[in-house]
Amino acid sequence: MTAQAPILIIIIPLIASFLNVIIGLWRKRLCYPLVIITLGLSVILSISILNTVIIQGVIHYRLGGWEPPWGIEYVIDHLNAFILIIVSFISFTIAIYSKRNVEQEFPEKTVYFYTIYLLLVTGLLGITITGDVFNLYVFLEITSLAVYALIAIGRDKAPLASFNYLIMGTIGACFYLLGVGYLYIATGSLNMADLGRLLPDLYHSKAVLVAFAFFVVGVAIKMALFPLHVWLPDAYTYAPSTVSAFAASTMTKVGVYVMIRIMFTVFEPRFSIVMLPSTEILGWVASGAMIFGGILAIAQTDVKRMLSYILIAEVGYIVIGVSVANRMGFTGALLHILFDAFTMACLFMAAGAVMHKTGETSIHGFRRLHRRMPLTMAAFSIAALSAIGVPPFAGFFSKWYLVLGAIDAGKWIFAVLLLLSSLLIAIAFFRVIENIYFAPSDHAHNGVGQEEIVRDETPLSMLVPILTMAAGILILGFFSGKIVSAVIQFTVPGGF
Amino acid sequence: MEFIIGKFNYWVYIILMMIGFYAMIAKSNLVKKLVGMNIFQTAIILFFISIGSKKGVTIPIIQEGAGDAVNQAVNSARYMNPLPHVLMLTAIVVMVSTFGVALALIIMIFRKYKTLEEDEILESLRSGEEN
Amino acid sequence: MIGRLDNVVIQTVCRLLIPPIQLFALYVIAHGHYSPGGGFQGGCILGASFILMVIAYDIKEAKRMMSEKVNTILSSLGVIIYSGIGVVCLILSANYLDYGILNKILPVTIAEARALGIFGVEVGVGITVMAVMVSIFLNLASGGEHGETEE
Repeated sequence: MTAQAPILIIIIPLIASFLNVIIGLWRKRLCYPLVIITLGLSVILSISILNTVIIQGVIHYRLGGWEPPWGIEYVIDHLNAFILIIVSFISFTIAIYSKRNVEQEFPEKTVYFYTIYLLLVTGLLGITITGDVFNLYVFLEITSLAVYALIAIGRDKAPLASFNYLIMGTIGACFYLLGVGYLYIATGSLNMADLGRLLPDLYHSKAVLVAFAFFVVGVAIKMALFPLHVWLPDAYTYAPSTVSAFAASTMTKVGVYVMIRIMFTVFEPRFSIVMLPSTEILGWVASGAMIFGGILAIAQTDVKRMLSYILIAEVGYIVIGVSVANRMGFTGALLHILFDAFTMACLFMAAGAVMHKTGETSIHGFRRLHRRMPLTMAAFSIAALSAIGVPPFAGFFSKWYLVLGAIDAGKWIFAVLLLLSSLLIAIAFFRVIENIYFAPSDHAHNGVGQEEIVRDETPLSMLVPILTMAAGILILGFFSGKIVSAVIQFTVPGGF
Repeated sequence: MEFIIGKFNYWVYIILMMIGFYAMIAKSNLVKKLVGMNIFQTAIILFFISIGSKKGVTIPIIQEGAGDAVNQAVNSARYMNPLPHVLMLTAIVVMVSTFGVALALIIMIFRKYKTLEEDEILESLRSGEEN
Repeated sequence: MIGRLDNVVIQTVCRLLIPPIQLFALYVIAHGHYSPGGGFQGGCILGASFILMVIAYDIKEAKRMMSEKVNTILSSLGVIIYSGIGVVCLILSANYLDYGILNKILPVTIAEARALGIFGVEVGVGITVMAVMVSIFLNLASGGEHGETEE
């Protein structure tokens, strides 16, 4: 069973998604238990895979029994296993959260929503686990199509936002396909490890250089790196709450994983860092992302839109960690992937809970909500403090590694910009937190009597996932040392 | 001259790709953007298939007759590379699916805004926000 | 007047043509692993035969024959056949989609077991592609009202 775990983690959600259609057309109420059981199984499988990788080393799984490079191969090392467990755990938690949201916003589409949700999870797990560049393109397109469909179910401007995302996302995927094509012309192979072996003799050729450029730009569109982020705020603001929470916490992080794979496994680190100044360019672009995301987050009046701009800044942090190209920075980037996934999931889920109860997500709508929904607002504040980087919450530990990495590489300007961006995010969140806890009562001048605010907490199936994420943020920060020594220190590419 | 005629498949694919890309960016009707996207993806598929051919080869279908190929080895130098053809089958399926999803989105947009011109939609959104 | 004559000609020709088209599509699916063809191509031709029926007759006739519920179930069925063959290979303790192991339950040699495995996969793909093509066309042709009267 554990030898087949790499493939089971992909086909269980895939078969479940198509069984869901047939079962859902028969009895609609069975969809939700099926989704929960499936995603629970994939969490268990991903924990087992991580365990196997820590004990045994890299796992190789051959699809169809064919040897690589003739067949498709799934390769799981520490980086893969780390991202697998993040994606499966967050998808499980958000699936538990989704029940009330689906019932309230689009009850007649329950069956199809859960089908496409399971397909989205399959695609994300497939991107993380595969060792073949063309197979990654197929899973990338499965993910993208599922997300376009899910975002379009949302409110007001959602279909237009999803159409914009479709056009830009297709350009990104086509650039990725062009990169794959150029590498195939140059080497004749599609397997990542094989390409890593064959390419060093060809680094002087223009085709390989253009392939690298196409790859980086294509993946940058998919992960919303600074100048190519334009689709993100609209798409995540108007999407349903479940979809924005899931997409914000996982899709951008999986995009960063693809970029790390291409820059350091398919192409050697010395190509990406020394021969081409690609890490320099990425560093400046990511600094733009951090500052721009922070400034625009302050200018918003809708909380979900503000969170989308903060997400753009967080992607900037992760790419800065990759671009300083030393051990500290890379460790900080990977830790930040873990903590930021939890933080963004908690923030978007809390905003969705507020939407469920009050029907709007403007900053004004958060006024004095700490009386009405105390636990949800406590979780929101914990996640906000973690996004800012206040100790002892989780975000502090990853930002500490990032700043140390920037200083280690001698790039003081990046360290200063990191801290400046944290300050901007703090200003953005403080407006919301002030509204929640410290806004003066509207009826102070009434004189007749104080307004009685009834405690009207979010339903339990939405509250438990939010509190789980907040607990994760509180606890995982203290375990960051253990996480680094057990998993992350083996993922740093050689030569760092 | 050698530069243009010797590599004419690259030139064809670049020109088609740029036509598609221009249509995606510059046209304001949503369906025209989609047609541009289709041309863009078709140019990539054309490019991939064109790189599989070499001088003096024929299409990659075994030619000796139905029963023979099971008993003898195939002389692979006579046929062009079939792997790009197979990869492009998958890419064509992806292209058709993306087109289907995009058309469904266009129907939703049309039902909501009653027009498919992008500037008219943005105009109605702006006046809706001011109200 | 011309309209009515036109309709009769088109309907008769379609009635004559659709069965051979479907037969040809099945031929294309079955010969996919050996000559041009395969699941996707054959599925598209099968889907095209149903679309021809929509063009010749009314869209309500076509919806009566391929309702949304049937389309959805057929598309899932195809993928379940595909994955099911892979899972059978897993149960027989080989890697996923390693069709050679099927010779333990079918009385054929390893090479023939592989050919049969691929054939099964192609049939699954063909069914799914046909259902999806018809579903896309019916949804777009009816402007999104296809299937909205379902529960």
